[in-house]
Amino acid sequence: MKLKGWKELTPGAVVTEAGSALKFKTGSWRAFRPRWIEENCIQCMFCWIYCPDMAIKVKDGKRAEFDYDYCKGCGICALECPGKKGNKAIVMEEEGK
Amino acid sequence: MPKIVAVTGNEAVAEALRQVNPDVCAAYPITPQTDMMQRFATFANNGKVKTEMILVESEHSAMSACVGAAAAGGRVITATSSQGMALMWEVLFIASGSRLPIVMPLVNRALSAPLNIHGDHSDGMGARDCGWIQLWSENAQEAYDNAIQAFRIAEHMDIRLPVMICLDGFIISHSIERIEYLDDDTVKNFVGEYKQLNPLLDVEHPVSYGPLILPDYYMEFRRAQAEVMTKVADVVLNVAKDFEKISGRKYGLFETYRLDDAEIGLVILNSAAGTSKDVIDEFRNRGIKAGLLKPRLYRPFPYEEVGEALKHLKAVCVLDRADAFGASYGPLFMDIASSIYPYKDKPILINKIYGLGGRDYLPEHAELVLNELAEIAKTGKVKTFKEYIGVRD
Repeated sequence: MKLKGWKELTPGAVVTEAGSALKFKTGSWRAFRPRWIEENCIQCMFCWIYCPDMAIKVKDGKRAEFDYDYCKGCGICALECPGKKGNKAIVMEEEGK
Repeated sequence: MPKIVAVTGNEAVAEALRQVNPDVCAAYPITPQTDMMQRFATFANNGKVKTEMILVESEHSAMSACVGAAAAGGRVITATSSQGMALMWEVLFIASGSRLPIVMPLVNRALSAPLNIHGDHSDGMGARDCGWIQLWSENAQEAYDNAIQAFRIAEHMDIRLPVMICLDGFIISHSIERIEYLDDDTVKNFVGEYKQLNPLLDVEHPVSYGPLILPDYYMEFRRAQAEVMTKVADVVLNVAKDFEKISGRKYGLFETYRLDDAEIGLVILNSAAGTSKDVIDEFRNRGIKAGLLKPRLYRPFPYEEVGEALKHLKAVCVLDRADAFGASYGPLFMDIASSIYPYKDKPILINKIYGLGGRDYLPEHAELVLNELAEIAKTGKVKTFKEYIGVRD
């Protein structure tokens, strides 16, 4: 994407395009990557509720994979995940390992 | 018909704000501004204005509420002094960077510590580079006139920047002077209807204010902001031209007093300029060619015009009512020095720090400085480039 020059900007850095945050893929900020362990998932949807970046995908009313384009790796989902019989359905792993 | 009244500076500016009738005012009391906003709050309470008055718990909140209200699409005002503006500090940059045309009288007062409530320019000077336009005022009439013109300047579609109107604490804010008020209708027509630009409340056209701008774009936004500053002087002059038509009072980027043929001159802001003019008249009566330059538009500073106005003098003293600790000279001096820097032949410049914390600036101070300048003009020799005057050893 060609970057705009200073004469082409809106005054005061006002963003006039709705929903443009979609273009800003914050997943690249991630240092820790959540991994979903499906067999431990009870479909409580806590991760979907708590995720601050709407990075938990839902398919047919059920929890699906992470959206790694936007997941910053904050780890809230892993913390809130009740898991099944003490076994977490989300674990955080260091990126690049 | 204009009305002639005897009022204080605070009262005069509050009257200007009543006549403009802004949409929102968020303010917190601080001496010596308090009685200006108290008067304005009374107008709001008595239905003399339709302004929504937001009483906040601090100046940080006052300016934050102003930012929100201006982004929402309203014509917005506040007022402050000294510590109050110091507390607004970070939000001042958000107002200017977001290009929000907020209008704020600043009743100049010294900064703590030591605690002092009286007039000097430390507050306004501290905020001189925060991206706001600054108009300085010698007396209550100029403060009233600047307050009215500020709206037209701030809201101009090429500008959209906040404006600060500076007037000296107590000396102007609390002294009664003869003022000419314009008619309500005249002021209303002069400032006109408020024009919105990307208002948050326009739900048909959703916008976001205050986004995160990373290294790939931040510098372009700053470059654009610097460009806006270059357009301000013309707008200020055009607004002044229109203002002259309704008031008969002439304003420029700065005022010159007996400067055209002067050999020595003073550069001084606000109320002390009045005292200096009287002393300059005395020197002229004695055949000494003295003159004065009083900046009005201090930010953006009209370097070229000021340099052009001063370059023919032999010796100039810049009087600063604020020091810039650790810098070589006072803040006004540094701007004046930059203005004459490009010229090969230029006056010798000296700097005096005066009137801090409300210390009186007396005619004998101006006399002392002008005598020193006359000596410098004659001999070309300077004893001290920067010193405090009116201070005990």
